[in-house]
Amino acid sequence: MFAELATLLITSVLLNNAVLNQFLGLCPFMGVSRKKSSALGMGIAVCFVIIAAGLVTYALYYFVLVPLHLEYMELVSFILVVASLVQLTEMFIKKTSPSLYKSLGVYLPLITTNCVVLNVCLINISNNYDIAHMLVYTIGTPLGFALVLYIFSTIRERLDAANVPTSFIGNPVALIVAGLMAMAFSGLAGII
Amino acid sequence: MNRMENFKNGLIKDNPVFGLYLGLCSTLAITTSLNNAIGMGTAVIVVLILSNVIISAIRKIVPDDIRIPVYIVIIATLVSIIQMVIEAFAPALNTSLGVFIPLIVVNCIILGRAEAFASKNGVLDSALDGLGMGLGYLLAVLAMSFIRELLSSGGLVLTNPFNTEQVWMNLSLIPEEFRISLFSSPLGAFMTFAFLAAALTAYKSHAAKKAAAKTKEAK
Repeated sequence: MFAELATLLITSVLLNNAVLNQFLGLCPFMGVSRKKSSALGMGIAVCFVIIAAGLVTYALYYFVLVPLHLEYMELVSFILVVASLVQLTEMFIKKTSPSLYKSLGVYLPLITTNCVVLNVCLINISNNYDIAHMLVYTIGTPLGFALVLYIFSTIRERLDAANVPTSFIGNPVALIVAGLMAMAFSGLAGII
Repeated sequence: MNRMENFKNGLIKDNPVFGLYLGLCSTLAITTSLNNAIGMGTAVIVVLILSNVIISAIRKIVPDDIRIPVYIVIIATLVSIIQMVIEAFAPALNTSLGVFIPLIVVNCIILGRAEAFASKNGVLDSALDGLGMGLGYLLAVLAMSFIRELLSSGGLVLTNPFNTEQVWMNLSLIPEEFRISLFSSPLGAFMTFAFLAAALTAYKSHAAKKAAAKTKEAK
């Protein structure tokens, strides 16, 4: 049981990384990775939203939707939960750290449309995870996202000084970097 | 004329995927085969047109403060319907696209067009805008999947999504020893996207230079 959970944790953080292997959450990945500080802030905010949303939607599905036979309302109810949690996070960050609030800008309310969040909620249900697996997966996935986002932002800060062909300046060269990171991460497949 | 212009912009110049970098997640993830790309592109077009029409029709009733949650609920409802339709009539497509069908809800193109266009314009214009942007998305995923499938598997396969036994097209163009299986991996996805986006930037700056030269001559 423990070994299985540890495998799931490593898989969700590194091997089956949300960004590099499943292509989820690319919008904030490209959008807020220009500076290390905002990447770190975004990573923490996303971790908080995903963990809260994962727990709430799991409870909502098994204690409300299943008893009432409303499973087909899954998508609508989940996205509402995510949207309200993001609103809460936004208010919290605005109160506690106005500078972080400013640097995240439009990407903070856009956590609602971050596919990682909804993906975690949906996979928890569709893979029939029990509570232990759900907890590990819900914590591991955003950790993987935050880790990759931070690494990517450190590379991108150096990329600004590099001499790149004109048409590749900005996003295209960043995507190539992301591709090389994906290749590096696929090399980690040997740990299991 | 203006309408036509709007519609054309979505296809090439302001292509939602390569120009505006919206909806990247599904573009990179599902473009391993042409079949997936056509299925996903069609689903996105349908959702985009319907959501644009509905949102534009109710734009005067919805209070400004809660418009985003209202839009999201409308889009989520539409996606749930599409998901059930695909599950019922094209089960093979449903398995190969997997979680990316429900994730259409969080595709930035749809919410982006709702907020930027449908909430300010009339029903007909919004429907046209949805069609143009949707076709732009379809074009982008087709280009990506064409390159990736051709280079990684050496051929192109098209099957009827409603009946997988019926194969419409099965080409094998590249002999086995020259295939690059890398293109079906994440690295191939990122690379293909980066090169196509760079090509669009180069094309745009070339066109802008040409236009500038023309105005100079005219003077």
